[in-house]
Amino acid sequence: MNLLINLLGLALIVGIVWWFWLSKRAAPAAVAPAASVIMVKDGVYEPERIQVPVHEETTLHFLREDPSPCAEYVVFADLDVNAQLAVGEETEVKLPAMEAGEYPFTCQMQMYRGTLVVA
Amino acid sequence: MVESKKVFSLHGASCASCVNKIETALNQVPGVIQARVNLAEKTTSVWGHVDEDACVLAIEQAGYGAELATVSDRELREQQREADQKHYRDLLWRAGLALALGLPLMAWGLITGEMSVHAPAQQIAWGLVGFATLAVLIYCGGHFFTGAWKAFRHHNASMDTLIALGTGTAWLFSMLVVVAPQLLPEMARHVYFEASAMIIGLINLGQALEVRARGRTSAAVEKLLQLQEVSARVLRNDEEVDVPVDEVQLGDRLRVRPGEKIPVDGTVLEGSSLVDESMLTGEPVPVKKAQGDFLSAGTLNKNGSLLFTAEKVGSETRLAQIIEMVKNAQNSRVPIARLADRISAVFVPVVMVIAVLAALVWFNWGPEPKVAHMLVVATSVLIIACPCALGLATPMSVMVGVGKGAEHGVLVRNGKALQQASKLTTLVVDKTGTLTEGAPKVTDLETEGDKDELLRLVASLEQASEHPLAEAIVDAAQERGIRLSTVQHFEAIIAHGVRGEVDGHKLLLGNRKLMLRENVDVDHWQAAVEALAGKGRTAMYAAIDGRAAGLIAVADPLRSDARSAIQRLKNLGLEIQMLTGDNGATADAVATQLGIDCVHAELLPEDKENIVADLQAKGGHVGMAGDGINDAPALARAEVGFAIGAGTDVAIETADVTLMRSSLHGVADAIELSRATLRNIKQNLFGAFIYNILGIPIAAGLLYPITGSLLSPVIAGAAMALSSVTVVSNANRLRLFKPSEVNA
Repeated sequence: MNLLINLLGLALIVGIVWWFWLSKRAAPAAVAPAASVIMVKDGVYEPERIQVPVHEETTLHFLREDPSPCAEYVVFADLDVNAQLAVGEETEVKLPAMEAGEYPFTCQMQMYRGTLVVA
Repeated sequence: MVESKKVFSLHGASCASCVNKIETALNQVPGVIQARVNLAEKTTSVWGHVDEDACVLAIEQAGYGAELATVSDRELREQQREADQKHYRDLLWRAGLALALGLPLMAWGLITGEMSVHAPAQQIAWGLVGFATLAVLIYCGGHFFTGAWKAFRHHNASMDTLIALGTGTAWLFSMLVVVAPQLLPEMARHVYFEASAMIIGLINLGQALEVRARGRTSAAVEKLLQLQEVSARVLRNDEEVDVPVDEVQLGDRLRVRPGEKIPVDGTVLEGSSLVDESMLTGEPVPVKKAQGDFLSAGTLNKNGSLLFTAEKVGSETRLAQIIEMVKNAQNSRVPIARLADRISAVFVPVVMVIAVLAALVWFNWGPEPKVAHMLVVATSVLIIACPCALGLATPMSVMVGVGKGAEHGVLVRNGKALQQASKLTTLVVDKTGTLTEGAPKVTDLETEGDKDELLRLVASLEQASEHPLAEAIVDAAQERGIRLSTVQHFEAIIAHGVRGEVDGHKLLLGNRKLMLRENVDVDHWQAAVEALAGKGRTAMYAAIDGRAAGLIAVADPLRSDARSAIQRLKNLGLEIQMLTGDNGATADAVATQLGIDCVHAELLPEDKENIVADLQAKGGHVGMAGDGINDAPALARAEVGFAIGAGTDVAIETADVTLMRSSLHGVADAIELSRATLRNIKQNLFGAFIYNILGIPIAAGLLYPITGSLLSPVIAGAAMALSSVTVVSNANRLRLFKPSEVNA
């Protein structure tokens, strides 16, 4: 019994490390087009990876359903862009032309996390 | 992909049949899932994946007008406040409900000590309590579980994950005790339903208090938004018509009466009045406005009626730009937060690993009841850890600090500028326009002949010059009512002066070099020139028909508060250096009057940037204060560029810190505010780090050998709820910030 619980505990640790770090890096989530409506709800942006064209201005569409103040702003720290999101209504966020690469976007507190894939 | 909602404003819809027509027309547009008209608000909402233009066209073809509705900043803020209120009440209700179950259960446990399952009757009783707790978990804490699940699916973990795991584990273990107590040692048959309910209740309560406290952090932007007038009185066909401010067009003529706010930016056509600009500049004294003067939207017309032309409307007004800049700055990242950002990105999974490890340690080496201890330790570790306190630490302080700056007429571009301003060791100040008024005036006129005649001749000569000093001489003549003659054969000699012919006399006006070049003997006036330079004035020699005729001295008056501002900056520990294109004697005189020790005189514009670079190369953290136009390269080179331009558009766009008030006190205010904000951020970060660094080991049972007991998960929940509230409340303390000295 003791051995079983210890093994279970170790398996849990391995599972946490694998799920939250290793598998995430190995297989990033599917990339959605820039025209998608990004839902802001339950602590996640959905879709969370958005593909935008390189060297082109882009408009993203956010639909915030989480009324908590955590979700009020979306911040693109690398681009110096942020926007206040209306509750229950679509908010457009205009982004400048970008070089190829990945740019994170988050809420103010960095609890909501998403990634712009510029390619 | 989800369906999206678009809202259009309607024109011409007034009856129930219009509603049907519009909805039918929209429902035929490809991609529309549902269309609904709100006749009272004259809007229609469309759900689905639709093209906006197609919807507008469909409504127009049905005989009505439509455009995509835009939400103004003010509406957005009001909407957010309503949402906050609703969310606050919702959280309080959930907290109350969960605590209504948790508190009696906890009291029962404390009073009777009977929280274990040893008999079938207890199984039934605790089973019922278990289902009641489940209902509380689902109704009051369901959002934690859905959030945790969604985050998990995205390989993410958030605070929801910790709460869901903590309360879920406690409930599952307790249900195991209820359903199959025989599987556990007798000492471990303890239920923890009260912990699940209490934790959910306390965390909802903490979040409610946080919503309240956070509402106050954006008070500054709300104040600015309130300055925006909603309607304007426009002159149409010589009649004054009230229209929504959005409909004001460029070139419209507008009327503002005493006591009304200026609705858009513009220039006064008729009338004069005192205008209170304190809300934008922090300057308490109202400013007199008359024909040709500029009016800013949001300022208050005090006592006269003004007619003015609209020159900037909507998002182009200075007020709108200030609001935009403040909002952007409030959400920008501060370099000091990088460590917290990195930690919060991996925080939750690390805490989960620690919880499992702590549980295993207690299982293998802890005293009996090992299983119960495992559960308590794992739950407490999961619940006490608070990534939110870390995440909140910086943004809340920046929100309040940047907002507070705006209240004092100090606009900070971003968090980086705010942080750098707190570390400055040297402030380089441009003289003209920063320490002085920037508008030279004639101060002395010395001649052995007729003073007015000399002034008439040199002013007539200077009419053709574009030099700022020439303007001062022409202004002086006009003030005395002197009629000027025309100038012929005018020539500007670079770095020397000017020459020309007025009324048949050959005139020269310039420095000693010009007189030497033209063989004019000026030794007689040399002592007077040196005396004037000693007072900080720029003296020029005048010669008529080849003979020295006198002196004319011009000075740019010092700003009345420059000396006290310099003293404040010195008190802040800054070394002040003055830059100027003036000659050394004049510059030294000004520096002496102001108490500035280091002066760089006779500079060309490009020299200023080099001086800033040299100071930086010597290891100084250099700030530069200038008027934002002529000093652009030096302002850009400095770690923090302070533009004292009373908020010109150029300054707002380029400077790190824009001072709406034309006073060096604004620089001192900005530096004091940045230091206060950084201190606040450090307190928050330190508090959040220490809380987690101490809290997690204590929850893991580190103090058990001393205290003989483990930290209750309920206490862990209360501590966690309080930690976020404490961080936000500490940030709100910045709202009490006051500059050390207001406008001496």
